Amino acid sequence: MTDLPKWKAFPLAAAISEPGSATQQKTGEWRSEKPLRDPEACNKCGLCWILCPESSLFINEEGYYEVDYEHCKGCGICAHECPRNAIKMVEEEK
Amino acid sequence: MGKRVGLEVSFAISEAAKLCRPDVIAAYPITPQTHIVEELARMVADGELDSEFIMVESEHSAMSACCGASAAGARTFTATASQGLALMHEVLFIASGLRLPVVMAVANRALSAPLSIWGDQSDIMAERDCGWIQVFAETGQESFDLTIQSFKWAEDERVLTPSIVNIDGFTLSHVIEPLFVESQEDIDSFLPPFNPKLKLDPENPVSIGPVGFPEIYTEIKKQQNEAILGAYPVILEVWEDFALKFGRKYSPVEKFMTEDAEIIINLAGSISGTAKVAVSKMRKSGKKVGLLTTRLWRPYPFNDIRDAVQNAKAVAVVDRCLSFGGPGGPMCSELRSALYPLEKKPLTIGFIAGLGGRDVTIEDFTQIVEIAERALSEGFEEEYFMIGVRE
Repeated sequence: MTDLPKWKAFPLAAAISEPGSATQQKTGEWRSEKPLRDPEACNKCGLCWILCPESSLFINEEGYYEVDYEHCKGCGICAHECPRNAIKMVEEEK
Repeated sequence: MGKRVGLEVSFAISEAAKLCRPDVIAAYPITPQTHIVEELARMVADGELDSEFIMVESEHSAMSACCGASAAGARTFTATASQGLALMHEVLFIASGLRLPVVMAVANRALSAPLSIWGDQSDIMAERDCGWIQVFAETGQESFDLTIQSFKWAEDERVLTPSIVNIDGFTLSHVIEPLFVESQEDIDSFLPPFNPKLKLDPENPVSIGPVGFPEIYTEIKKQQNEAILGAYPVILEVWEDFALKFGRKYSPVEKFMTEDAEIIINLAGSISGTAKVAVSKMRKSGKKVGLLTTRLWRPYPFNDIRDAVQNAKAVAVVDRCLSFGGPGGPMCSELRSALYPLEKKPLTIGFIAGLGGRDVTIEDFTQIVEIAERALSEGFEEEYFMIGVRE
């Protein structure tokens, strides 16, 4: 933590003047389990994308849903809700 | 020099707030504060005051609306008391944490239960650590002046911290006193328009009040504490400016016959008036007694207090508040703590008086001094003394 700013360096009341900077917070580091998608089982229904509370799924060029691992916290809602069991939660190896 | 008028002290605060041209007032009525905001609501309704008056459904909402308005760059005022202040509790910390210079009058009143609408200082002492600048008024004139001064130090770029003006419920809020009401022109030249350093502005978007992770929270709190500590010299500066402009002088503590006093009574608020009469009477009978009135409570004026009482034999601190199961009254425990590092220090004796509207009389002060004299000659075991309680 010694490389973090000193108290005088913070803006007043820790206000954030850069819009959209929350994306810089890599909440993916909090994850203990990560969702893995089985491309064979997925039929692009999009339920995982709709239900993800962190908007951490995106649609790739082929129309499939992929996980943004920088921000996915590993809550497992997508795996729980997938009607074709195409998403599995596996333990992080770190 | 302003116009000398007879005015109920609540209305004097309304008048002071009006002269400061607040952009937004958000308030909920509660005894004994109601007259302050009722009068401001009337001023707005009658077109005498160009402010947005937000009628809210609770004090929690009142303080929340004040925070929002202040964050948008508005000069913001409110008033409350007792249960209302308690209901504001969590939002008070948000106002100070976000460095929003809201000004609030608190007509100090006891806390329920049992239900009591009458005065003591339990309400504000429960909010002691909310991070606001806090002053206590003794008179109507002080209430008027401190309200105006509060805007000036709260909004100062070096401070940016909200400020509370405490007035005793009923014994100050509801009495009519002669006082000088200054002209709009003079107040305008004393108090510049609020020029916020940080505000919610669609042209320059900012996020105010983000989450503070453990890696930064301590630094932000240090920053906030430095701001309120740094308010001390700014408050003195504001008082100097005020004295030059209006001729009335203020200081963090007020000393009355303390120079050669062996026993000094210390308290805050309107009972200071009664204490002065009691001290003068005791002086006539040869007792070396003095009075120290605490005006500035946050930031705590450590050195003013130490300097004022250092040479006395005893300090009798009178709290209108009781810390249940604790060291008695908060003003006493803080004064005792401030004196502790000194090599030569007076004995600190705590007294609890005037709870829930019980009058604190001249006789009570005589008794307090007698107990202090006895404690000096014979010692004492009590952590504190409750005055006037029927045993």
